[in-house]
Amino acid sequence: MTTATFLIQYLNALQYGLLLFLVASGLTLIFGIMGVINLAHGSFYMTGAYMAYALAPWVEGHLGGGFFVTLAVGVILAVALGYVLEWAFFSYLHEREHLQQVLMTYGLILVFEELRSLIVGDDVHGVKAPEWLAGSIPLGDVMTYPVYRLFMSGVCIVLALAMYWLFRHTRLGMRIRAGSTNREMVQNLGIDVSRLYRVVFAGGVALAVFAGMLAAPVSSVYPGMGNQVLIVCFVVVVIGGIGSIRGALLASLLIGVVDTFGKVLLPQAAGVLVYVLMALILLWKPGGLFKAG
Amino acid sequence: MDVVLDARGVHAWYGASHILHGVDLVVRRGESVGLMGRNGMGKSTLIRTLMGHVARREGTVQYLGADLSRASAHEMSRRGVAYVPEGRGVIPNLTVRENLLMAARAPQMDGWTLERVLATFPRLTERLHQPAGLLSGGEQQMLAIGRALLTQPQLMLLDEATEGLAPLVVAEIWRVIDEIRKDGIACLIVDRNYRRVLAHVNRAVVLQKGEIVLEGDAAVLCADARLTAFLGV
Repeated sequence: MTTATFLIQYLNALQYGLLLFLVASGLTLIFGIMGVINLAHGSFYMTGAYMAYALAPWVEGHLGGGFFVTLAVGVILAVALGYVLEWAFFSYLHEREHLQQVLMTYGLILVFEELRSLIVGDDVHGVKAPEWLAGSIPLGDVMTYPVYRLFMSGVCIVLALAMYWLFRHTRLGMRIRAGSTNREMVQNLGIDVSRLYRVVFAGGVALAVFAGMLAAPVSSVYPGMGNQVLIVCFVVVVIGGIGSIRGALLASLLIGVVDTFGKVLLPQAAGVLVYVLMALILLWKPGGLFKAG
Repeated sequence: MDVVLDARGVHAWYGASHILHGVDLVVRRGESVGLMGRNGMGKSTLIRTLMGHVARREGTVQYLGADLSRASAHEMSRRGVAYVPEGRGVIPNLTVRENLLMAARAPQMDGWTLERVLATFPRLTERLHQPAGLLSGGEQQMLAIGRALLTQPQLMLLDEATEGLAPLVVAEIWRVIDEIRKDGIACLIVDRNYRRVLAHVNRAVVLQKGEIVLEGDAAVLCADARLTAFLGV
């Protein structure tokens, strides 16, 4: 492996890991703080990708177009979707058993897939990266690397830093971290925990949708695309420790590296490497790398 | 004196078991009331019911003239009722500072600020940036009381605030409880050491099987022979 190919694989691993983090961070928060196993989280990622495809022409027609405008419209819709879903479904799941949560959220996957099929059909679509990000930069003598992938990584890093700041330095962050350990005490201090959960859930949905929109130009848009992401995200949550944002970041980056380099160096075993990694880490630390909060 | 808390005919159930059988309780402004009784007589249940934590309850709870009979815990807190539960309820994964600030509200003229809480509990200052889970039991209790004060309460519900603490720390907690009362904050205090409670409150009530069987001024109750019978000591 030459330096240039190594660098390219490394950048791919980083980009994949960071994108995974955006989806998995919401999943780990919803699981760790609200205590809800949300199988439908992958559907939000898919929804995001389809939004990138379907919203762009609408934004072009009504708001004058623009990549960031499309992203912003998508995130606003995602927050609204998260609020409504939490109010209508997930607020009833907090105190329920895991089996009921799994049944309910699996049902939501089917509903989302059917709605997707009705609204945009079952075809695979490509989404173009905006023109100013469509180029490539040279790496070494013959290799190039697409600017859009670098842009994705940059955006993910900015979001990860923003999340760090939110959790460490704002009262909302303190309350969210407290909510994962002692729900009743948080209420005793005058904080409406149901509203806090709704905010967390909407935030998690927005992150997954945003990740889907961001990924659409490199992954293309296809039915069932959320399911694959969902499974890897659960691996991230388990490795990182349920409810831990730090853990989710580290686990995502680890999986990014193992998966990307696995496909290059050990293609025969690439499909199982991520799970081997999970098994090894759980043998070492059965509760995952970090604790919640 | 104006009435801060006026609870009438409070009943409470945990599942099928009927725990409180029509409790009437009044707490006036700046007054501290001891809530006494043997284990399992309903003291904690009464406090939790007043705070809105018991789903099946009857009766009325008026706080500063507002009907809060069906209010939730966060609503009670927002109105100015602070609850320091048995076991303290500090958030172990947050630092001392974060515990104090997570729910702090802006003080009125002479309310409680972070500086004032730290001046009252100097030991918290040294540990400000440590996770609260690493604190000793006494320090956690100080943190829980300090955090409650920062919500600017007019009524504090203190459940077993000195349980399991060393004598010196117990003395310090009582010193602070006195300071809180002098500040004009009403207190409802549950504590196992009833002699100590009577030395620090204006009035006390004794619960037996979910009913108030004895109540009166602390000094009078101290000399009442029935007290030892009800408390089983």
